[in-house]
Amino acid sequence: MSLIVHRIGPACTIQDKGRVGYLDQGLSRSGAADQLALHEGAALLRQSPELAALEMAGMGGEFEATQSLGIALTGAPMQASIDGAPVVWNASHQIEAGQRLVIGAATRGTYGYLHVSGGIASEAFLGSRSAHLTAKIGSTIQTGDTLPVADGSGVTGMKLNPDDRFSGGVLRVIASFQTPLFDQETLDRFVQTEFRRGSRANRMGMQLDSEGESFAAQGQLNILSEVITPGDIQMTGTGSPFILLPECQTTGGYPRIATVLPCDLPRAAQTPAGGQIRFEFVSLDTATALQTAHNAELARLPMRVEPLVRDPHDIPDLLSYQLIGGMISATD
Amino acid sequence: MTTNTADIFPRISTVGYDGLLVSFADAMAEPSNRAALAFRGAIDAASWNGVVETSASLASTYLRFDPNNLPRTEIQDKVRHLLAQQNWFEAPLPAGRRLWRVPTVYGGELAPQLDEAAAAAGLDSMEAVRRLSDTKVRVLTIGFAPGQPYLGPLGPEFNIPRLKELTPMVPEGALVLAISQFVLFSGPTPTGWRHVGQTAFRCFRPNAPQSFALKPGDEMQFLSVSRDELESIRANNSDGAGGATCEEIAG
Repeated sequence: MSLIVHRIGPACTIQDKGRVGYLDQGLSRSGAADQLALHEGAALLRQSPELAALEMAGMGGEFEATQSLGIALTGAPMQASIDGAPVVWNASHQIEAGQRLVIGAATRGTYGYLHVSGGIASEAFLGSRSAHLTAKIGSTIQTGDTLPVADGSGVTGMKLNPDDRFSGGVLRVIASFQTPLFDQETLDRFVQTEFRRGSRANRMGMQLDSEGESFAAQGQLNILSEVITPGDIQMTGTGSPFILLPECQTTGGYPRIATVLPCDLPRAAQTPAGGQIRFEFVSLDTATALQTAHNAELARLPMRVEPLVRDPHDIPDLLSYQLIGGMISATD
Repeated sequence: MTTNTADIFPRISTVGYDGLLVSFADAMAEPSNRAALAFRGAIDAASWNGVVETSASLASTYLRFDPNNLPRTEIQDKVRHLLAQQNWFEAPLPAGRRLWRVPTVYGGELAPQLDEAAAAAGLDSMEAVRRLSDTKVRVLTIGFAPGQPYLGPLGPEFNIPRLKELTPMVPEGALVLAISQFVLFSGPTPTGWRHVGQTAFRCFRPNAPQSFALKPGDEMQFLSVSRDELESIRANNSDGAGGATCEEIAG
C-alpha cells in the first residue's frame, strides 16, 4: 500500500517522535516539530502515536492512494480536499484508490501533518523514521516519490477540537544552567519584551525579533561549549534570541537564557512568521505540574475524539457518495 | 534546586525541564574531561530507572531523565551520592578505548591554512607538521554534527584563536585546529578553525553496520602522508575508513 506524491511543498519530511540515545554522538533527536499533532493524528485514527506521519511546513501537496486508506489531518490548518470536495481539518477521512487528496497552504500556524492508517512505513534508521536534514538523514519529499504505508484498519470519520496553538502567545519557560549568566535587568527586560517570530526559521530553530536593546550575557564570547536541548532559547553573537527546535545542534557556545517547557514547544514551533511571542518564567514545581497535566491531556485525547457530523451541503454529490466505509452512517 | 554560579566543582545544575549537568570545570583541561567521561560511564553503569540518556561534553556530564518516573530530588540525591564515591579527576578513562591512526595530508592545496596556523604557533611549517603528526589526541567529546569529534589537548603552542572571518566551506574529513584542539569534520562545514590537514576518514557512516566510528575517550593520531598516498586511499574507500588503523588500548 502506498501514497503517490504528485505535487509537494518545498519542506515536507517524514517525522515520528524522533531518535533518542545518540546525543553522545552529536545527533539530536529530530522528530515532529509539533509532537502534540502526532498524538492527535493517532487518536483520530485509533492507532499508536509512535507511527510516522508526513510533516508539511507551510504547504502540503497532492497525493493519490493506491488502495482505500484512512487519513487524518492535524497541526497547522491547511486547505484540503479529496477529489475537489473540501474536507475538514483536525479530522480523519477515508480516501479511495485513485482519489486525489490536495493539501494547500497553511491558513494559520506552520506545520501541518498528514497521517495514514498504519503509519508511513519508510525504512527506519537508528530506531526512527524521522528525517534529520542537517544530519543528512532522510530528505525532503519530492514530486514522484511514493510513500509506503503499513497495513492498518484506522477508524475514520472522526474529529477533534484542539486548543488553538497556531498564532504565538505566551510561552512558559524555566531557568536553566546558563540563566545566571544574564543579569537581572536583562532577564526582566526579556520577560517584558513582545517578540515577533522572524523570517529565519526552520527545524533547527526560529529567530525572534524585537525592538530595543539586544540580550547579551556576561562574558558571552568565552563560554565553554555545552549541551543543548530542544526548547533552549539561545542568544547569538548579536544578542537576538533563537528558540531551538528538533534538529538543533547537540552542543554550542552561545549562552541559553531559558528553556521552553516541552508542553509549550508545539505552540512555539507553530508560531507563524510575524506571530507575537512573550515569555513567562515558571518554577520547576509549576513546570512539573503543567507537564503532568499535559501528559494527562495526551492520554485523554482518544476519549475526546467525536464523530464527524457532515453538513449535507458540504457534500457536493451526495447520491454518489460512498456511505459504507469506516464509521460513516446514513444519519451523519 | 535552582542553578547556581558558585565556582565550586563538581557543580550540579539543571538543564531545562528534564536534565542535570555535572560540571567539573568551566574551562577545558585534561583532568576535567577525564572526570566527565568517567562520571558519565559510572551513571551508565548504574543504569538507574528513569534515566533516558547521557552524554559527556568537554568538562561536564549530562543526563536526561523522565521527571514523571524519577522525581528531581531523587535523581539529584543519587547523583550527589555517586559524585562523593571517588575523586573523578583521577578516575581511569572508560574501558574499551581504541587508538585510531589516520593518514593525513598536511598543508598544500588540500589543507591551505597549515602555514598560517604554524606561524600563529611560532613554528615553521615542517616543525608544526612533525609535532601535529606525533601527537596522540583524545576524543574529548563528540558533537555539533553527527559523529564529529573534538580532539585534544594539543601542546600549548597551538592555543591559537579562531579566525574572525569564517572559511565558507571545508570538506568532509577536514582536520581543523584552534585553541589547542582539533576537530575532524564529519561533513562539509563553514568554520572559523584553521584547515591544517585533510583525511579520507568518515566519522558518520549511515550505511555501515556501525553508524558512528568513534567513541568519546578514543585516541587518534593523524600521521603525515603525501597527497599521492591519500589519493590512492580515496580511490578505494568504500568503507569510509580512509586508510585508518584501529587497535584496542590495553587497560
